[in-house]
Amino acid sequence: MSMKLDRAARGLLMAELVSGMALTLRTFFKPKATLNYPFEKNPISPRFKGEHALRRYPNGEERCIACKLCEAVCPAQAITIEAEPRDDGSRRTTRYDIDMTKCIFCGLCEEACPVDAIVEGPNFEFATETREELMYNKAKLLANGDRWEPELAKRLELDAPYR
Amino acid sequence: MMAFFDTDIGFVILTLLKSLALIVPLLIGVAYLTYAERKVMGAIQLRKGPNVVGPFGLAQPFADALKMMFKETIIPAGSDRILFMMAPMITFGLAVVAWAVIPVNDHWAIANINVGILYLLAISSLGVYGIIIAGWASNSKYAFLGALRSAAQMVSYEVSMGFVIVTVLICVGSLNLNDIVMAQRHVWFAIPLFPMFVIFFISGLAETNRAPFDLAEGETEIVAGFFVEYSAMSFALFFLGEYANMILISATTTILFLGGWLSPIPLAPFTWVPGVVWFLLKLFACLFTFIWVRATFPRYRYDQLMALGWKVFLPLSLGYLVLVAGVLEVFGWLPNA
Repeated sequence: MSMKLDRAARGLLMAELVSGMALTLRTFFKPKATLNYPFEKNPISPRFKGEHALRRYPNGEERCIACKLCEAVCPAQAITIEAEPRDDGSRRTTRYDIDMTKCIFCGLCEEACPVDAIVEGPNFEFATETREELMYNKAKLLANGDRWEPELAKRLELDAPYR
Repeated sequence: MMAFFDTDIGFVILTLLKSLALIVPLLIGVAYLTYAERKVMGAIQLRKGPNVVGPFGLAQPFADALKMMFKETIIPAGSDRILFMMAPMITFGLAVVAWAVIPVNDHWAIANINVGILYLLAISSLGVYGIIIAGWASNSKYAFLGALRSAAQMVSYEVSMGFVIVTVLICVGSLNLNDIVMAQRHVWFAIPLFPMFVIFFISGLAETNRAPFDLAEGETEIVAGFFVEYSAMSFALFFLGEYANMILISATTTILFLGGWLSPIPLAPFTWVPGVVWFLLKLFACLFTFIWVRATFPRYRYDQLMALGWKVFLPLSLGYLVLVAGVLEVFGWLPNA
């Protein structure tokens, strides 16, 4: 009986509704979680899987040895590699394409690479206006590598203990 | 000059000027109400709300209005073209027309008529026509369902709203909105008639199809209800109408229960403030609560909505009406008796 009375009184006096509104009023004055995106950015982990890049050795030689492990491991089959020996006899790629529209950013290429040549960098702002621009070729990937190298090296170093 | 305004033509011009002086701030108010809603809801959900267009996003309403104007008005093939275009105009027109009797200060109303509150009730009841016509003329199942829901809802809540208004009227003894406010010189009706105040406010939420009673729109089930098929300016008119109605219900609440333009304490420093300011402050408080409620509560189920209207509000308001009438009669406080 008293339970019923209690419930009826709570219903009539709108106890739950008022406490709910008090809660929302409190959050009204709380600091906001919004990030002013293009002006403010979240910190990202050294493992962040962003835009791909092909790295070079400090002497300017490209790291990729055309082992094609990345091509083999890629679950989306986004990577296409063609290779033949260079004039000096070292094995290099003549073609290294990534179809970024196929890529699922799983990071397996990066893990498969024995020489840390192909890596996924911290850049995630590479939207384009046409689909064709997302068919990356070797030149584009190497350019990415040159552009992001300082950060790429730092990220690899930070993540090395966990690999 | 005053003699000119006493002539027939002068009276027409004066009324036109008065209407203009009311409608322009009203429309700006509606525009900024959409902005305020997005800001307040944002703040409650730990977001910032619009802050890119202009300082603090203050130009956002105008950006939205411009966008609406440049969109294409799509008229569905199966629709009744004339009714389809008329519906938003009716909705918006009625939302504005009702403002003719709202006094924002002592005798500051375009028409200070003796049946002001009846006029308000009549106009707000007519509002359902715009929605029904929209739902019917769209020739779409979702629009039709939305219109049906909305019609049933507005009719249900009008009943308890009517009883609340009657309760206020027996305390005042006049249907004139000016008299209703002046009767609250000593104490606002929100205090002795508190349950009625709450019922009126909640019915107001239902009457304007606002959350948690926005089943007529019901984005999650019937897409957007009666205005699914509308686009561009015809949609904007519905939108403006909805917000103008919100302001109207808030103004009615202010006049009936919160003492209209009267200062909260009838003492010197408070009475110096112009009545319009008090009126607007109370209006803003009501509107804030409208938005606050929307950000807090989830939508009602349809049977719950009907149960609340018919099984809770109706008996409660009827009972309180009898109680108030009895108290007034027994203590001899009935006005004009």
